[in-house]
Amino acid sequence: MQGPTGRKPQHLTPGRIGLYLFLVIAALFFLLPLYVMLVTSFKSMPEIRQGNIFAFPQMWTADAWVQAWSTACTGLECGGISVGFWNSVKILIPSMILSILISSLTGYALSFWRVKGANVLFAILLLGAFIPYQVFIYPLVLIYRDIGIYSTLPCIIITHTVFGLPVLTLLFRNYYSSLPMELFKAARIDGAGLWQIFFRLMIPMSIPILVVAAILQVTGIWNDFLFGVVFAGRENFPMTVQLNNIVNSTQGEKLYNVNMAATILTALVPLIVYFGSGRWFVRGITAGAVKG
Amino acid sequence: MNTPDTSAAAVSAAVAPASVSRRKMHFSPYVALFPAFAIVLLAYVVTVVWNIWISFTDSKVLPVNIFVGAKQYDRLFSTARWLLSLQNVVVFGVLFIAGCLILGFLLAVALDQKVRFENTFRTIFLYPFAMSFIVTGLVWQWIMNPTLGLQKVADSIGFTWFRFDWIVQSDLALYVIVLAGIWQSSGLVMAIMLAGLRGVDRELWKATRIDGVPSWRVYLHIVIPILRPTIITASVLLAIAVVRVYELVLATTGGGPGISTEVPGKFIMDYLFGRGNIGLATGASTVMFVTVVILVTPWLYYEYFREKPRGN
Repeated sequence: MQGPTGRKPQHLTPGRIGLYLFLVIAALFFLLPLYVMLVTSFKSMPEIRQGNIFAFPQMWTADAWVQAWSTACTGLECGGISVGFWNSVKILIPSMILSILISSLTGYALSFWRVKGANVLFAILLLGAFIPYQVFIYPLVLIYRDIGIYSTLPCIIITHTVFGLPVLTLLFRNYYSSLPMELFKAARIDGAGLWQIFFRLMIPMSIPILVVAAILQVTGIWNDFLFGVVFAGRENFPMTVQLNNIVNSTQGEKLYNVNMAATILTALVPLIVYFGSGRWFVRGITAGAVKG
Repeated sequence: MNTPDTSAAAVSAAVAPASVSRRKMHFSPYVALFPAFAIVLLAYVVTVVWNIWISFTDSKVLPVNIFVGAKQYDRLFSTARWLLSLQNVVVFGVLFIAGCLILGFLLAVALDQKVRFENTFRTIFLYPFAMSFIVTGLVWQWIMNPTLGLQKVADSIGFTWFRFDWIVQSDLALYVIVLAGIWQSSGLVMAIMLAGLRGVDRELWKATRIDGVPSWRVYLHIVIPILRPTIITASVLLAIAVVRVYELVLATTGGGPGISTEVPGKFIMDYLFGRGNIGLATGASTVMFVTVVILVTPWLYYEYFREKPRGN
């Protein structure tokens, strides 16, 4: 059905073949680690020691997965990666809600209300998005210690809220700036105040950007290691910290199959978010990145 | 407050208490911005100032308030490990950013050629970005493990001359981290660039095709200049990752062999929490802070604070 007005039929020219070759090789490079992790996690240790990392398991076994989830040792304790999983959930949910609430409110107030000092606030927030966290960490430890919450769940939750603020505020501010000012003025003329406009007009209108913010926060907080290791405390170590402890613990033989199963389990939540949200994920990283 | 609004009553109600509501209006934005102001002041301003102050004191395991001038900085810049970490972060940064930009751009251009399975390819190139640097580092650590990974595979199929033990070679281990970083982040560049390429005017392609300009020249001389803002965005994002690099090194090599893959982020963490040398560590983080502020401020100003019309 190729009419003369249709797209030029694509022949398999050497250029096209080269193009596909490049794409396939690149895809193999990106898939290789995931493949290695998967096949290794289904092998037994003797098979890993003898065979090569690319080979398919001769005997499929899910033992490593069970071990990784429930009995793998992180130094002294041997409760598996599941402990870290639930810790990460306990950290993620309140951090996400709190940070999105504060930053959407801040973004809204910055875009529609004239407030003295708003520019200074915004400038510091922007700069804060770029400054390495190592600059804030030690004084924060001292502050938390003085208040008496260092190494607790609230401590890590507050920390994620604090450091989620710059990027999320930027995200919301850019989004609200793109909304028509007339809408806001109309609401004002109708007598609505700051909070009414926020909760009854802005929040319902910002569902798309709320989804983006949630995706950013789920992946960002779940993947965090630095804050977890410093602020959460041993009891509340998130999954990434536990994973690193399991894998890099020096005692005994390295159980590669268990380690790889634990790694896949740790990566699972962000991967599900990535595969589940598709274009939203891309929108999230690009919008949250710099400009909306 | 859900009284039915007959229009006349509503109007008079809105007009009458104007002075009261105006005062309330002045006040409530500050209430709304209070959490942000408090966070910025306490967690960003106070901490940075405090951090800088500690770096001028004689603090070791515990912070003390004895001013010693630039002593910590003198020590810092005569510490071989710090100098090596600076050198490493520059090498890592240049190779990582260049690698991500080039690979990301090539992937984006390739995907922009109306290829089949475009969505599948895009998904494959971007998924590593969803995973943490800890996971990325651990994965590459295993693949590069000389007794288990690539080298062993090569051995077993007869290529015994093949040596791929970079991760245990102190002069090559950094390149493994670069490779792992590129694997994790080049998909991000691909996604950003692809969006940029899709925004290029299609008329432009038609015009150049009619003129018979080869496509590689169009990309090099026309498309790349058009994509300049996109490239800058991507570079800034990658640069933040470079300055913050810590987990990737920790999980891939742990800074080793020896101290050969040490980076500033890890240096600071080690001296803060492991080696108990707080003065030195805060000095190092102050150096990072100043560097970043000097580099980022002009760009931020250009991007956000020039007078611009409000977006539609």
